[in-house]
Amino acid sequence: MRIIVCAKQVPDTSEVKIDPVKHTIIREGVPSILNPDDANALEEALKIKDQYPDTVISVVTMGPPQAKDMLIECLAMGADEGVLLSDRAVGGSDTWATSNALSAAIKKMGHYDLIFAGRQAIDGDTAQVGPQIAEKLNLPQVTYVTEFAIDDNMKDITVKRSLEDGYEEIKIQTPCMLTAIKELNAPRYMSVSGIVHACSSEADIKVWNAKDVEVDLDTVGLDASPTNVYRSFTPAPKGKGIIIEADGVKEQAKELLINLKSKHVI
Amino acid sequence: MAIIVNKETCRGCQICVNKFECPFDAIEFNSAEKKAFINEKCTACNACLKVCPFNAFEKTGSDEEVDLSAYKDVWVFAEQRDGKLMNVAKELIGEGHRLSREISEDTSVCKVCAVLVGDGIDGLAKECFEYGADAVYLLEDPLLKNFTTDGYTKVITDAVHEYKPEIVIYGATHIGRDLAPRVAARLNTGLTADCTRLDVKVSSYIDYAKKNTTLDTSDLDPESDDKGLKQTRPAFGGNLMATIICPKTRPQMSTVRPGVMSKRERDPQATGDIIKVDVKLAESDIRTKIVEIVKAAKEMVSLTDADIICSGGRGLGGPEGFELIQKFADKVGGVVGSSRACVDNGWIDHSHQVGQTGTTVKPKIYFACGISGAIQHLAGMQNSEIIVAINKDPDAPIFGVADYGIVGDLYKVIPEIIEEWENAEALFDARQAGK
Repeated sequence: MRIIVCAKQVPDTSEVKIDPVKHTIIREGVPSILNPDDANALEEALKIKDQYPDTVISVVTMGPPQAKDMLIECLAMGADEGVLLSDRAVGGSDTWATSNALSAAIKKMGHYDLIFAGRQAIDGDTAQVGPQIAEKLNLPQVTYVTEFAIDDNMKDITVKRSLEDGYEEIKIQTPCMLTAIKELNAPRYMSVSGIVHACSSEADIKVWNAKDVEVDLDTVGLDASPTNVYRSFTPAPKGKGIIIEADGVKEQAKELLINLKSKHVI
Repeated sequence: MAIIVNKETCRGCQICVNKFECPFDAIEFNSAEKKAFINEKCTACNACLKVCPFNAFEKTGSDEEVDLSAYKDVWVFAEQRDGKLMNVAKELIGEGHRLSREISEDTSVCKVCAVLVGDGIDGLAKECFEYGADAVYLLEDPLLKNFTTDGYTKVITDAVHEYKPEIVIYGATHIGRDLAPRVAARLNTGLTADCTRLDVKVSSYIDYAKKNTTLDTSDLDPESDDKGLKQTRPAFGGNLMATIICPKTRPQMSTVRPGVMSKRERDPQATGDIIKVDVKLAESDIRTKIVEIVKAAKEMVSLTDADIICSGGRGLGGPEGFELIQKFADKVGGVVGSSRACVDNGWIDHSHQVGQTGTTVKPKIYFACGISGAIQHLAGMQNSEIIVAINKDPDAPIFGVADYGIVGDLYKVIPEIIEEWENAEALFDARQAGK
């Protein structure tokens, strides 16, 4: 069985800070990480490989040259192969254009049975690229997967899909696209031997450009993207509120309740 | 613009190579793959589009000339589950109403239309009208009873092709966020996820930006006749806001988080037109099979509907802190919320999480107890009517958004609030009398 895992290298947004004067994001010193939901996608693929050792796991990503570091991490966790699509021509792509580029790369990678992606990346939070790749590849999809089981025939899959008020149990067959959320599993750590292998010259990491994947250049990049950024800004800080000071905690509590009452909210 | 050979539909018959003379010699045959392909000499002259008997020649690309003026009306995907209209659908009908009137006060120019997809759900049309819909598109079929990606994508895409809406908005639910990207990809149009603000008129965008953001609006012309949809959403975990436009393709599509937009007041007299859409769907179109749909056995936290939320953060010190928060919530008739840190630490279930990756909430009162106020958290609760922060650290960012702050130990402060809660009215009256 061949599994393709779609992954993205993202800035750790919990570390992102805003320049208070210029209202811009301070990227310096912000570590890049394997997107959390994608780590769950990879972990599920690795669990399949644990059970069926002849499984081959290929991780595909699109990004700048340094995204290779993330592929090394994926190989160190146990993936067999990494593919980085890196080209200025695909820079500035929105989700539609990104899914064109990645689906071209996946076609180029050859036969696959299953594509696993994270539900969404923490820098954009769109959750769009997975379903849009599935659409371009004409695959059925299940998103928000929290449980996964595959039959020994390697064809019939049963998943649980999370809903706000419960879950659905869904049957689907390979080839298909599944997107993972945190509840699916706990990603493993890199192993020492994995790290040694992933950093060696034996590591199977390919770097492709747009021409290599034969993507139509009119469907990728900034110009081809149907959505454009009109403006960007930081939210205005709300005006300073009232710090309730009173003689002792009880008086503070009373003061608060009087204030809430005066606002007619209680 | 570009022409491609769809490898799924190409049968390798070579009619395009042998029986057709491409003016630019751009069609070739890959004998290994047994598929035709278009080489780089193609100028997208369209001469070949009708050549293939299997319609494998397709036109792609965003430069495809779209007659934008052919598109009108604002559509709202009126999500229903189990024959019950979702709250977010009502909110979006309200928002769609506002947008359609911004485009034009004249409903013959622009209407807000609810799109109801399901089986035996025509009874919901009335509810859509009552919340502000001018018209309802009804897409009914036994195969549409429950949501499936394949089924809903097909019928909605077909309806968009037929009726050409200018704007389509969906709730950013687990269903809307599965469906909308798929529809957008099939229509080759843009989609903006998780919007928190939509504007059509430049002037209303300026008003919004001035009130709520740090954006310099001096280069924007309030008189502009630009009526493209301006879709504002958080990015980078709420650290940055971006306004996205979709200038070249139609429809313009957005998902909007539940709890962000406001419902219109229900008008029991309201009526409107119902358009029954001819749905073409076969069982074989749907490639997934729903075995069962299970409602959560655990008590569901309806953060989005709550008037009061009592939320706990890292400052609780441990999972047992939520016992106090629960007691607090029970007293004030609220619901328990949580910061991401507590969920990540395993102190409480994810369903309680408020914030960018949790639930967006807009209660009347939000009590933030021991929550420092990471930007992701603020993104999910800063639109609450009143925010009360209780925290030991006077420098905690939460005090920057709070209306009322108490600097102190939550384990001492909350029990006092609980004790005095019933006395609030008397305390207030006494204060008024004393003035």
